[in-house]
Amino acid sequence: MNWLNVCSVLDLQNDSGICALVNGEQIALFYVQNTVYAISNFDPFGNANVLSRGVIGDLKGKIVVASPLYKQHFNLKTGICLEDESVILPVYASRIENGTVQIGVTS
Amino acid sequence: MNIKPTLVVIGNGMVGQYFLSQLAESPLKDTHQIVAFCEEIRPAYDRVHLSEFFAGKTAEDLSLVPHGFFEQNGITIHLNDKVVSVNRANKTVTSEKGIKFPYDKVVFATGSYPFVPPVIGNNRPSCLVYRTIEDLEQMVASAKNGKVGTVVGGGLLGLEAAKALRDLGLETHVVEFAPRLMAVQVDEAGGAMLRHKMENLGIRIHTSKNTREIVAGENCLNKMCFVDGEELETDLVLFSAGIRPRDELARSSGLAMGARGGIEINNQCKTSDSDIYAIGECALWNGMIYGLVAPGYAMARTVVADLQNHESFFTGADMSTKLKLMGVDVASIGDAHAKSQGALVYTYQNGSDEIYKRLVVSSDKKKLLGAVLVGDASGYGTLLQYYLNGIELPENPDSLILPHRSDESVGLGVDALPNSAQICSCFNVTKGDICSAIEAGCQTIDDLKTSTKAATGCGGCGALLKSVLNSELTKQGVEVNTDLCEHFAFTRQELFDLIRVGEIKTFADLIEKHGKGLGCDVCKPTVGNMLASQWNDFILENSHVGLQDTNDTFLANMQKDGTYSVVPRITGGEISPDMLIALGQVGKKYNLYTKITGGQRVDLFGARIDELPHIWKELIDAGFESGHAYGKSLRTVKSCVGSTWCRFGVDDSVGLAIELENRYKGLRSPHKIKFAVSGCTRECAEAQSKDVGIIATENGWNLYVCGNGGMKPRHSDLFATGLDKETLIKYIDRFLNFYVRTADRLQRTSVWMENMEGGLDYLKSVVIDDKLALCDQLESQMQYVIDTYQCEWKTTIEDESKLKRFRHFINSDQHDENVIFVEERGQIRPANEGERKHFKLTEVT
Ligand SMILES: Cc1cc2nc3c(=O)[nH]c(=O)nc-3n(C[C@H](O)[C@H](O)[C@H](O)COP(=O)(O)OP(=O)(O)OC[C@H]3O[C@@H](n4cnc5c(N)ncnc54)[C@H](O)[C@@H]3O)c2cc1C
Ligand code: HEM
Ligand code: SF4
Ligand code: SF4
Ligand code: FES
Repeated sequence: MNWLNVCSVLDLQNDSGICALVNGEQIALFYVQNTVYAISNFDPFGNANVLSRGVIGDLKGKIVVASPLYKQHFNLKTGICLEDESVILPVYASRIENGTVQIGVTS
Repeated sequence: MNIKPTLVVIGNGMVGQYFLSQLAESPLKDTHQIVAFCEEIRPAYDRVHLSEFFAGKTAEDLSLVPHGFFEQNGITIHLNDKVVSVNRANKTVTSEKGIKFPYDKVVFATGSYPFVPPVIGNNRPSCLVYRTIEDLEQMVASAKNGKVGTVVGGGLLGLEAAKALRDLGLETHVVEFAPRLMAVQVDEAGGAMLRHKMENLGIRIHTSKNTREIVAGENCLNKMCFVDGEELETDLVLFSAGIRPRDELARSSGLAMGARGGIEINNQCKTSDSDIYAIGECALWNGMIYGLVAPGYAMARTVVADLQNHESFFTGADMSTKLKLMGVDVASIGDAHAKSQGALVYTYQNGSDEIYKRLVVSSDKKKLLGAVLVGDASGYGTLLQYYLNGIELPENPDSLILPHRSDESVGLGVDALPNSAQICSCFNVTKGDICSAIEAGCQTIDDLKTSTKAATGCGGCGALLKSVLNSELTKQGVEVNTDLCEHFAFTRQELFDLIRVGEIKTFADLIEKHGKGLGCDVCKPTVGNMLASQWNDFILENSHVGLQDTNDTFLANMQKDGTYSVVPRITGGEISPDMLIALGQVGKKYNLYTKITGGQRVDLFGARIDELPHIWKELIDAGFESGHAYGKSLRTVKSCVGSTWCRFGVDDSVGLAIELENRYKGLRSPHKIKFAVSGCTRECAEAQSKDVGIIATENGWNLYVCGNGGMKPRHSDLFATGLDKETLIKYIDRFLNFYVRTADRLQRTSVWMENMEGGLDYLKSVVIDDKLALCDQLESQMQYVIDTYQCEWKTTIEDESKLKRFRHFINSDQHDENVIFVEERGQIRPANEGERKHFKLTEVT
């Protein structure tokens, strides 16, 4: 696994999201309880790159983001949509190293 | 040639029209030719709510005839034409305009006329009665030239008329022949309490007064001279001394009459001629004339059944009544005077709160025979059910009228009612009818109103209807979970109180003390919104920003492609050419799609997230501020051009709209709030479809509340009339903050009102009479929000750290390649699916 630096932890917004461009892909980064979660920024229901601007929270123990367009919920750990489990978003490895946010890419 | 039998209905008043509506729903509509004659110039209107004419309702608002009713049901109506003779031998009717019609059956629904006592001078100028819209128009005209008004008659109608005179700005007197007010309905002590209350409202009461004659006055137009030698100067005299049946036509046709008038009818409502029926206030059944609509409606139903040869009887009607006279509850049930053999009486009198209650029970204390309630009629529904259904009384009947200060509930549970119990007497809807409707899927009061008509007449049965609904839903196991979400086991209102009383300023604090988990997209924005309503901190503070929906986070409305719209405030819809040019320049520079909205302002669409701060910088420099189109908050105060320019304008609607918009801008609320102000009753600003609507009248501002356009339109309710600006603003302050505190999340004022126990009257008692002693708090909270207003965009662009998120990528200046515009009608729009594919292909090649 190759870890790419994305931004500073200071760029993150606690309990909220931002979007980063990594290898041409739009990745939504969420900062919850000192952990960074990374999923695709593309909302497959609204067909727009907006998930980083959703509200985050937990539903029945799962940490989720709600799409700002039509409010479907996506599990931040698995990318699975709670309303339609056949819809699964890409999930990315992520971590914070010395104050820097990193995304893991294979190859 | 006409082969259908002809049915002629004489009179198109409340009962006549109800009869037609029942016909229209029956097969008779197709088997009969139906012809109606109406003496008045307009078809039936709601006399019961006639007094609302003074509060701004028009003849059209009061109409009881749905648009197209006559045409759609093949009914011929002759307006402004009365029947002058009924020839029973030839079976024809003839009208004043000379129309002659053969009939098979006739229904008299000619109503009644106000009785004017035969005193000398009763036809002097400004001596009037109170029955038709024309009467009311005359009252308004007479009141314009006078200062004093006197009602002759202190009964139900007389007191209602007194209110009308008072509202017209006259010094108001009531002259009553009997020694007390409402002698028919209430007993002596109840009458005394009522009198005291009326006097406190500024109405002068003169009882035991017999008018001898009316002559020209010295200081006023008229002078009333009483038998006891006293005199009263008054401009307007309004007779409300009872009604007399309109039986002149029936009499001349030779039908049997009562000794003191009235067309005699049997249990099928047939007169002495079996082809002729009489219903409503012209009919005399068992020696009784019923001066209420419900018995008239029951007669109408009987006739519709009888015409179809269905067995049906009219067997008298209950005359119990409840009404609100100038905010004073008065109710009377059954034998109020305890005239029944062996009747026992319980009385409760509370001098300090001015409440009087009296129960009349049978000698074995098992049955309720009658009751009188003054000052607090909340127990009316329960008592009426005991009375009508002969339900056995509790061991100590007085528990029903004694105030219960502990938690024990003595109200009659609706479960105790039999299915045959009549819940709505106006439309004869029983508990059984309501239960079936609920079984068939009705879940709300609105559903029930539509499907059963219950509570759509006088409205008196509303509270009871709600209890039946709740009880039935609970039985069906429809659990009414009111928790906000899985993180908070509270309603929004409860959480609001916790925030307010506990002075909680952050979501983290609230969820730690009163909730669990991390929160979600339901509770976070709701709490963010409540914190803003109460403390009004900047919503993008670090502790708040994670709570906001994307629209609030980026202070703009997200559109379908992830771009945003920009909506600057244009108060009252007034904008100078220079500002308009500035707006146009910004739109042009950033290539935005521009559109005029329904809220009288301009939306600019298609702004990328990174462009928002630049656009707003330019707008703010040009003098604009945030329009809060993104928030659950005040949107716009729409206005018509008003008296400044309009020929009809009575007051400056634009000026008021601007003042109100500036006052309430930025207030966060359970849902968006829209206002409008019209400069006269032509209502060009459509204020009656808004949460808060204001209409200028000659006497001041009329305030309407809880209207809605949108998905489920609702006409607003008239809340207060003839207000000066100061009072108007005070009421709106209180109203808005009460809404903010008590509404559910995302509940517009219209739905809030529909669900409010006690409805409009309750809201008035809170906002106008300060029943909850809350008004000071509500006003000072509003002042706090006004004092802490800030243009959120101005604060944002002045704070570097807040601007960091206004870019699509945190680590790149590139734009979102998925945002693609094409041109249409000379402006941009988001590309659709097909266009996108094409675009991507051309990009690759
Ligand atoms: C101000 C006011 C408040 C009231 N409040 C209440 C209340 O709270 N609750 C309640 O139950 N009741 C109330 N009432 C009473 C209620 O309005 C009447 O019971 C009801 O209107 C009776 O209906 P009706 O059709 O019998 O008579 P009306 O409504 O009077 O209709 C009779 C119609 O027949 C017409 N007519 C008469 N003769 C002829 C003819 N020869 N040819 C053609 N047309 C003719 C008349 O012009 C009239 O339009 C109130 C009445 C008033 C005036
Ligand atoms: C995501 C949902 C919605 C969006 C983005 C949206 C957006 C807008 C915008 C931008 C305006 C112009 C407002 C202004 O000038 O401030 C507007 C007006 C309006 N909206 Fe919506 N709206 C939404 C949902 C609704 C709903 C659910 C209703 C009905 C209940 C509604 C009813 C109206 C009405 C009646 C107007 C005209 C305003 C007026 O004449 O005062 N909208 N809407
Ligand atoms: S509501 Fe009245 S004042 Fe306003 S524009 Fe219409 S007619 Fe003129
Ligand atoms: S009516 Fe529907 S389509 Fe039109 S703006 Fe409102 S929500 Fe959008
Ligand atoms: S009792 Fe009048 S509306 Fe139901």
